Amino acid sequence: MSYLPQIFFLLLSTVAVFAFTKKAGEIKRNIALGRPEAFLDQKSKRWQNVLLLALGQKKMFANLPVAIMHFFLYVGFLIINLEVLEIVLDGILGTHRLFLPYLGNAYAFFINVFEWLAVSVLVFCVFFLARRNVLKVKRLVHKDLVGWPRSDANYILVTEIVLMTLFLTMNTTDLVLQSKSAPHYSPTGDFFWSAMFTPLLQDWSIENLVILERVAWWLHIAGIFAFLNYLPYSKHLHIVLAFPNAYFARLDSTGKMHNMPAVQNEVLYAMQPELAPTDAAPPARFGAKDVQDLSWKSLMDAYSCTECGRCTDACPANATGKLLSPRKIMMATRDRLETVGKIMATNKGEFVPDNKSLLHDYISVEELRACTTCNACVEECPVSISPLDIILELRRSLIMEESNAPQEWNGTFSNIENNFAPWKFSPDERDKWATEMG
Amino acid sequence: MQVKSVAEMAAAGKTPEILFWVGCAGSFDQRAQKITKAFAAILDKVGIDFAILGKEEACTGDPARRAGNEFLFQMMAYQNIQVLNGYGIKKIVTACPHCFNTLKNEYPELGGHYEVIHHTTLLQQLIDEGRIKLKEGGSFKGKKISYHDSCYLGRANGIYEAPRKVLEALDAELVEMKRCKSKGLCCGAGGAQMFKEDEPGNKRINLERTEEALATGASFIAAACPFCNTMMTDGVKNQEKENEVAVLDIAEMIAAEME
Repeated sequence: MSYLPQIFFLLLSTVAVFAFTKKAGEIKRNIALGRPEAFLDQKSKRWQNVLLLALGQKKMFANLPVAIMHFFLYVGFLIINLEVLEIVLDGILGTHRLFLPYLGNAYAFFINVFEWLAVSVLVFCVFFLARRNVLKVKRLVHKDLVGWPRSDANYILVTEIVLMTLFLTMNTTDLVLQSKSAPHYSPTGDFFWSAMFTPLLQDWSIENLVILERVAWWLHIAGIFAFLNYLPYSKHLHIVLAFPNAYFARLDSTGKMHNMPAVQNEVLYAMQPELAPTDAAPPARFGAKDVQDLSWKSLMDAYSCTECGRCTDACPANATGKLLSPRKIMMATRDRLETVGKIMATNKGEFVPDNKSLLHDYISVEELRACTTCNACVEECPVSISPLDIILELRRSLIMEESNAPQEWNGTFSNIENNFAPWKFSPDERDKWATEMG
Repeated sequence: MQVKSVAEMAAAGKTPEILFWVGCAGSFDQRAQKITKAFAAILDKVGIDFAILGKEEACTGDPARRAGNEFLFQMMAYQNIQVLNGYGIKKIVTACPHCFNTLKNEYPELGGHYEVIHHTTLLQQLIDEGRIKLKEGGSFKGKKISYHDSCYLGRANGIYEAPRKVLEALDAELVEMKRCKSKGLCCGAGGAQMFKEDEPGNKRINLERTEEALATGASFIAAACPFCNTMMTDGVKNQEKENEVAVLDIAEMIAAEME
């Protein structure tokens, strides 16, 4: 027997795993460009979030039918990977259905479970395609998604449909080959879904059936390897990053803004100069102008975003026609981070300024100014992303680095500073209401 | 009645059991002053040992921080924490969710540790304890009230039930808006939006929210935040419904119905 297919398979899988590992390493390095932020507290609460939010997809259940379909897609995707394990081992060892002799009658049971999942994945993917392209659900045809993002979503769904079809074709031909007592195709017992299609192939010759079975088998596994490598370039990366993102989700009140100890100390030293250290280093950049100024969690958020748009759907600014879209904030952050990563890759790991930044070139002042900090986007996100953290850090840069504020805000600041209230009232009148009590 | 200041009490060697943090809107805004007076009247009637900082109170810095001006925020926080700690304040109640959020969540990291509660939570406690007694057959009985969730009370701090429990005590019919509780739509004032013009768009956020409130058919829109109150009041006026629908703070409703 020729070892050629085995060698080819090994080569294919090595290339696929190598390429994926390389890209995953780049993403890890890009995320690490962010500011350090520690998340060492409340470990049990964090694991609970992984179980409830990531594994249990708790937030998805706000819309039950969609949540159930999405859950099947995801469980199907995970469990069918068990079958992929057998396929990979078969590919390496040159065997066919390696697990069959060990599992005996249970083998057909497992394959049946996979087939049921495969069919549900297939049906729900068709439905999800329809939601995007026929029913045109508002958040899925939003202008954020014009061009590549919409294609990306469709490619993912189509690929899953193709993979499931190949899996079922493979099983159907196998069953027909078994019925014709073809060599190497040992009886497995019936598979519910693929058995339904065997009449279609009954008249085929064994040679042609073997070709079809092999073609389906190779395309299926090659498709999986291709999809693995597509993942890091796609919004679909959320299937991996949803888990760490849930673990590292912030646990304190979403109303609490990140403190800036550098500014806190500046103010403290101004008020109590005796506390100021003589060798105090001037604070670095205030707020975030570019992706490197954001917390690494915000950068992981950007890679975790699957562009579902629940945030934008809930955003009061977006609902009233403002330019702000929290989803676009996440997409812009990822785009910028990828660009920064590419610049580093071509400059021996050094970032060479390209006269661009996240602020202004990717996210405009008008978008940032429209945010009411209402936290609706944070509340909605199924994978624990905070677009608000990014918006607020960019706003800090605008005000503290560029003194870029609307005229009214400058007035507000000066009132707060001089009159201790955002309006121009005399501080002496603060308790005037009390003298008017009956 | 006389509203005492913490300074007066300190001069007499006393510290109030609870500090009423009035906030800038509650101090200066004419509409919000009514909420302040109503709440102070309730505290007085119930016999709570409270005081205000008066002229020594200053903006918490919330709008400055959210606009991006961390320096100004830190200055205000430093100043307020000095005053609060100087008087040995342990417990604070406020009728403003923005002050509430800043005092409760942002001051501890800067050295200001207090027990901070929102006035709706205190009102619920006082009703539960029987210290607030409401009139039989009050003017809200059987009336439709729709409660507008404040973002900084709800999503930011998980307070959804206290304001609703207080409204239920009025024997009114609570009707929810389409987007309520954790899905509640912002009034449009947060994040320092209150202090500037809207960015270009096709609608004002307060109109979007007011339309939703009016669609419930409620005769009262209950608010628990002076800024939401302003936004919803403007929205109702814009729809020319001010003669049919009133926007009231929960404290005003309770003050009007107390025995």
